[in-house]
This record gives sequence, structure tokens and C-alpha cells, in this order.
Amino acid sequence: MGLAKRIIPCLDVTAGRVVKGVNFVNLRDAGDPVEIARRYDDQGADELTFLDITASSDDRDLILHIIEDVAAQVFIPLTVGGGVRQPNDVLRLLNAGADKVSINTSAVSNPQLVKDCSDRFGSQCIVVAIDAKQTVWGAQPRWEVFTHGGRRPTGLDAVEWGRKMQDLGAGEILLTSMDRDGAKIGFDLNLTRAFSDALRIPVIASGGVGNLQHLCDGVSKGGADAVLAASIFHFGEYTVEQAKRAMAEQGIEVRL
Amino acid sequence: MADVAVVDYGMGNLHSVAKAVEHVAPGAEVVVTSDPGAILAAKRVVFPGQGAARDCMAAINDRGLREAIVQAAASKPFLGICMGLQVLFEHSEEGDTPCLGVFPGNVVRFPDERMRDDQGNKLKVPHMGWNNVRQTRPHPLWTGIDDGARFYFVHSFYVDPADPALAIGTSSYPYDFVCACARDNVFAVQFHPEKSAAAGLRLLANFVTWDGNSQPMSL
Repeated sequence: MGLAKRIIPCLDVTAGRVVKGVNFVNLRDAGDPVEIARRYDDQGADELTFLDITASSDDRDLILHIIEDVAAQVFIPLTVGGGVRQPNDVLRLLNAGADKVSINTSAVSNPQLVKDCSDRFGSQCIVVAIDAKQTVWGAQPRWEVFTHGGRRPTGLDAVEWGRKMQDLGAGEILLTSMDRDGAKIGFDLNLTRAFSDALRIPVIASGGVGNLQHLCDGVSKGGADAVLAASIFHFGEYTVEQAKRAMAEQGIEVRL
Repeated sequence: MADVAVVDYGMGNLHSVAKAVEHVAPGAEVVVTSDPGAILAAKRVVFPGQGAARDCMAAINDRGLREAIVQAAASKPFLGICMGLQVLFEHSEEGDTPCLGVFPGNVVRFPDERMRDDQGNKLKVPHMGWNNVRQTRPHPLWTGIDDGARFYFVHSFYVDPADPALAIGTSSYPYDFVCACARDNVFAVQFHPEKSAAAGLRLLANFVTWDGNSQPMSL
């Protein structure tokens, strides 16, 4: 009994389709977003995250229709991110049926956006996504924030950045290890632990899940409040339910 | 006259609530409205809300909705959700905000010093995610929902009713707190039934057919 650790399948969406790549490149088609969302809901997903990785702004509105369709059929929390630049983008996503909106690159170029959005819409719906890569800054492991889908270094220390986002009103941090993303060798547990120890808001671990033990480790070793994964679910290797049973067997509180 | 009015005072995402109600009551007329007349005319009222207490109360007062909400809560099947539970009380610690005073008692914050689990791990605030809801008293809206079923929560404050008889459900984080209250025609919850999968949809389905009587049905 108690608050369950969440399992969050992530759907990267472009041009109306779910895709999955390695280190944000080499995209493979993984199917129809509404169909996939329904399947994960049936399997017991605690939440769904949609990342709109559409390059062209012409196709940007496609995600709104997808979210509308999903929200009419799937009654669990939906987070949407990608291309959020101003409060009006947040409003449009919330109106389409998103419960939370994730802000990444724009938080770096304009931190005030996080404060404006959390003041206006409430911290509960503002997630800040941080893409972090390990770097050499003295003896201790440190991580640097990257933006633009992991292509552009910022010089920002990731943990410090996380604290700042918390102070500006972020309700949750979606933390992706760029070193691990798509690599299927497990979360960067040192990174996850550094964030969960430093912050008082929930941390979602992301990047690197290749098997069910990796999900368990994210919680039990990394201290994550939620774990996010894409490819292990999309290509049918594991169901969300199998993931939850594996976590429950290791004494982790889950919703079954 | 709408079957269900979802009160819109500009705080947060009401589409999820309206869509979930439409899903469990196909054919029902569901309106999302900030018109006091439409709220008073509807057969039943859903009162959702997100954000900070002070902003919610300001929005309710600015839109002239206070009277309509209080009257609806006194007269017809009424479902409060999240902030729609909290602002029914007299006062919220969040922004030191006077609230609607439909229920006696206050709204308080999870205190930092108590946010440790039994292994000593830090517990995050907001309380965000799926937690068990214990049904401390029977109620028609619990019909078909397992005692201890999980619902989706996201909040940093919770209600502390002055009248223990108001409490109808509790959750634990890490200590027990009241997460559902009922009296007469009012049922109000801290969690989000519209985001709580099958258990939440069942609660909404129970609400759209509820006669507004909080006494447990005799079997």
C-alpha cells in the first residue's frame, strides 16, 4: 500500500506516426499513436508521454489531433512535449487533452517560460525535460545539459539546472541520459540518483532501458519516482504488465 | 437544461473531465460552462480545478460563480475534483486563502519534516501518481470499486475536515490523509477520477446516475 512507482511508455511521434531511433537518429516506424496508446492503457501503463519530434512546423498541428483522439479514449495522464516555445503552445496542448506539457530546449533559451507557464497553468502540468550527457569536469562525474534533440551543448551543469527548474515552478523532471538513450544498457543510475537526491519534485528516469531489470534498477538504485521506456514496449519485447510484475517481485510498489 | 455542467473558471484542463463524463454517459448532454445560470439549471454539477488556491478563488469570484457553486452544492448531485474538493473548505494554507466554506475545516500542506517513508527515503511533493484509496465509509459512489483501489493524484495540499463525519475515503503519504468527502448531495475527491482508468470511470459512471443521497444503500 502506498504511492506506486510509475511506468511510462514514451511515444516519439513524427508526421502522425510513432517512431524510435538510437541516440535520436536512425528512426524506425513503430505504428499508429492512438492504437499504441490504447494498447499500453490496456496493459496497465500509469501514464503516457508523447514527444513530438516533427522537424517541420507545417506538421506541428498533427500532434494536436493525435492527442485529441487519444484523450477521448484513454483515461490516464498524458504528457506531451516537443516544440513548446510559448505559453500559448502549452494552452493548445492542454486544450487538446494533454494533462502535462514537457518543455526542453525552450526552457534553456528562455527559463522565464517555465515560471510563466507554471504560474499560469499550475506546476502540476509543467514538466521540464533535461537531456544530459556525462562530461569531465574535475574528479566527480558531472553531466551537461544538451538541447535540440541532444545535438547542442549548453555548458549548463545538469543537476544545477534541475534545481533551477524546480525553483522556477517545474512540477516534475523528465531526465534523459543522452549517453544511454537507445543503447539498451540501462539507465545512467549515477545521474538518476544525483537528481533524485538533489530535488524535492518527482524525477522520471529515461534513456537506456533494454530489459526489465533496468526498470527495477532505475527505482531501487537510481531513486526514480517513475521510469520511462520506449523500444522495449514498442517492438513487443515486453508488456507493461510484465514490467510491473518484475518490479513487484523485487518489492517495488506498483499499480497492478 | 444540461444533464451535467462542468464548471469552467479558467483553471486547468477541463476537457479531460468532460470527455470522461461523456465516455461513461453516452447520449448525456455535458456542457463546460462559466455561466452561473447554466450551472444552476443543470441536473448535476462537476466542479474540477487545478492550480493554486488563491488563483482558483480569485477566478471563481471574478467570474461571479461563487453563488452558483454554493447553491449547486446545496441542491443537486455535485462532484468536486482536486481543487474542487479543497476550495469547498473554509480556508487554505496555500496563499492564506479564504475559500467557499461549504464544508467546515481547512486545507493544509504536506509538511517537509514528515515526508519520509518507513525506510527513511525522501518522499516527493507534489504527491504525484497512483495511490490506494481506502473507503472508510460505504457510499453509493463507491459501488463496484474495490476498497484500496488505486487512483491518480497530483497535489501538494490536502483537506483536514473539522467534522470527521465528512471523511469517506483516505489515502496514505506517508501518513493517512482524507482524500474523499461526502455529505448529502456532495461528493468530492482529491484524486482525478477522469485520469484513473477503470476505477475512475466507474466512479464517474456512479455519479451520473446518482440520486444525490449519501446514505449507503440498504441491501
